Amino acid sequence: MEYGLALLALAALIALVVTVPLRRGDQEERQDQTRIEELRAAKEAKYREIRDAELDHRMGKVSREDWRAVDRDLRDEAIEILRELDRLEGTPPEPGARTPS
Amino acid sequence: MAGVGSACLTIGLFTALYAAGASVYGAVSGRGQWVTSGRRAVYCLAALCVGAFAILEAAFLRSDLSYALVAEASSTDTPTFYKFTAVWATQDGSLLLWATLLSLFASAVLFLTRRSLRDIAPWATAVLACVAGFFLFLMVGWENPFDTLAVVPEEGAGLNPLLRHPAMMIHPPMLYTGYVGFSIPFAFAIGALIARRTGADWIRATRRFALIAWTFLGTGILLGALWSYSELGWGGYWAWDPVENASLMPWLVGTAFLHSIMVQEKRGMLKVWNVSLICATFTLALLGTFLVRSGILDSIHAFGASTIGVQMLIFIACVIALSAGLILARLADLRSSARLDSLLSREAFFLLNNLVLVGLCLVVLWGTFFPLISEALTGTEETVGPPWFNRIVTPLALVLVLLTGIGPVLAWRRVTPKRLLRIVAVPAALAVLAAVVLLAFTDAGDSVPSLLMFAFVAFVLGVVGQEFVRGASARRVMTRESWPRALARLAGRNRRRYGGYLVHAGIAVLFLGVAASSAFIEQRDVRLSPGETMRVGDYEVTYREATARLGGDGGGTGAPISFGAVMDVRRGDQSFTLHPSRNYYSTGDPSKGAISRFFEGEATSEVDVRWGLRRDFWLAVRPDLISLEGPIARADRQFGDSPGRVQAFVIGTLAELYREDPPPAAFRAIVSPLVAWIWIGGAIAVLGALVAAWPSPEARLRRVRSLYAARVGRELTRA
Repeated sequence: MEYGLALLALAALIALVVTVPLRRGDQEERQDQTRIEELRAAKEAKYREIRDAELDHRMGKVSREDWRAVDRDLRDEAIEILRELDRLEGTPPEPGARTPS
Repeated sequence: MAGVGSACLTIGLFTALYAAGASVYGAVSGRGQWVTSGRRAVYCLAALCVGAFAILEAAFLRSDLSYALVAEASSTDTPTFYKFTAVWATQDGSLLLWATLLSLFASAVLFLTRRSLRDIAPWATAVLACVAGFFLFLMVGWENPFDTLAVVPEEGAGLNPLLRHPAMMIHPPMLYTGYVGFSIPFAFAIGALIARRTGADWIRATRRFALIAWTFLGTGILLGALWSYSELGWGGYWAWDPVENASLMPWLVGTAFLHSIMVQEKRGMLKVWNVSLICATFTLALLGTFLVRSGILDSIHAFGASTIGVQMLIFIACVIALSAGLILARLADLRSSARLDSLLSREAFFLLNNLVLVGLCLVVLWGTFFPLISEALTGTEETVGPPWFNRIVTPLALVLVLLTGIGPVLAWRRVTPKRLLRIVAVPAALAVLAAVVLLAFTDAGDSVPSLLMFAFVAFVLGVVGQEFVRGASARRVMTRESWPRALARLAGRNRRRYGGYLVHAGIAVLFLGVAASSAFIEQRDVRLSPGETMRVGDYEVTYREATARLGGDGGGTGAPISFGAVMDVRRGDQSFTLHPSRNYYSTGDPSKGAISRFFEGEATSEVDVRWGLRRDFWLAVRPDLISLEGPIARADRQFGDSPGRVQAFVIGTLAELYREDPPPAAFRAIVSPLVAWIWIGGAIAVLGALVAAWPSPEARLRRVRSLYAARVGRELTRA
């Protein structure tokens, strides 16, 4: 009896909670928002890489030439991420923004 | 409330199935509201599991013996702490703990990724829901923790005495949190494979979960070792027991995974390797759960025979088949976007470290399953013991520790040999100096592997110290900060890197303890009568007197009787007293007499240890109760039907009889050098892992509008 009642009550409660998004059909998440979140994460990761490379150079693990080459590549990749972020967020590119080589 | 608990499990099973179905439908059809609904179902699943767990805990705490599980694993006189933790000493409770932890982890990761990984997350939700659903299926079908008894017993069987140790009670949830935590990156890896999004997005989203899982699993393993050292009465902390090995294997492969994902993040390489590693880690985590519960291998840690072994094996086989099939089907998508530039690079050494870790895992796997393999091939079950493991694992461990030191000094992409030599010069000199000093002033030369390990540990510590000093020094050049401030800010702003260095230092220190305590241990097994003395190492140990305690042992485990000894220990000018004992728990066996039941149940050693940074002095006693056999038999006959109060008096009299005229007792005394550094090293590693897992300040950076290149520079400066 206790099991049956609990079963019914819990089933009703769960059904109510999980069907809310289905009943609010217009609440579908925007694809762009998802991509923006991913790009933000990618941006932070890229910044971390740039910082790591710089720290390695300062600590004498990487020659200045190697570091510069790596740093240039990483910054170009970061710029690409920022460009796409701005595009998705509806912000026009800043005038004079450099095009990565 | 048992009915409500059962209902939670049944509804939980259907909720998990719904979560999987809705997420897959949403992913395939592109209808995001179904994905959201599936995610909500996982949140509901977590609420149901937590509810069920709370109901079960409440039943244990109030000793509700109408629950079959409570009657089986607890009793009214079990101490409250052990009542609380007895839930996961049972198979059904463990399964519920697994499902609860998994649903909580899954909810956390799905909440954090609710606005990202749109392609991957629905598939990951489905995988996580299926795994949780499987455990709920086991409980609903075979091992329901809410089963009740038609006839309520007057008293429960009580918790297995061997488990009445604080470390052992915290150890299982730690291990399970580790096992469960690895299901998160596994689920997202599978999601990435299905969605063909094989970049580093899934790694970035789940790396922290993998690190947390690794930390918990490692802590669980250490606590298990501590329990073995201080409870089992044999004096060691690692016996290469199948269940110990089962927890070590996913930890080893998980360690490899945590290193190799950095290569994918930085260089876009090792994609096949990474998904393979996480699939292997999760499979091994399931295998670990299976081994503890199945009883297919003899182990001191395998508690109870299982009714779910076949189901677990089928599930593990499905996981392996799904993982392997998906990886093979997506090989083209997993092709690396970069190549190894040089063998002298961090990525090359990470790969080497991965090979050693996976090699170690394969050795442990082979040794663990050798009894089953030999029985299948020859019909005779043969086992490989600690000497076999030690012989093969020792050289691999040496290489691993050396790599632990070399890895951090290398830069990504390439390092010139000249530059490498310059960087390792000081740590290498430190290692040589350590070896020379140890050879000159200690017996370390008696064990070449240990001497090498000490030198390699010095090398690792030198490297880590040098990294901190060089990093802080580089920072000071720019900021002119004081040394402490520069060090703190350096580590605070590069938590992942410097947390990792701390982990390396901790692991090196741990290996120092392992090498010293296993190579230079001194042990003696002696029978002594009161007044007699023995020597072990530099210690002189005298058996002063016997002890007998009723209804309250020193460890608070609830043992009704405890026999022990007061031991005076001297080493030079230093002297101290130890009180080792042995607890006796009553048995409910009706074939025993009413008094015998108190002496012939389970017994556990209560070891006494003088802990020290340089060495531990460890002492265990095994009292000989043979002199009490006659009086106990007579008491059974005379007082078998007497009231409990009279029987208690009789037992007290028997205990006093032992205390006044004890026969010789068996003692094991061990001098174990540097063993404390195992626990200290573990604590350092855990601290480092926490630092590395803590969110970086960069996550809180605000966007700055400007020219892109300048903006990158500015944002980097802010961090």
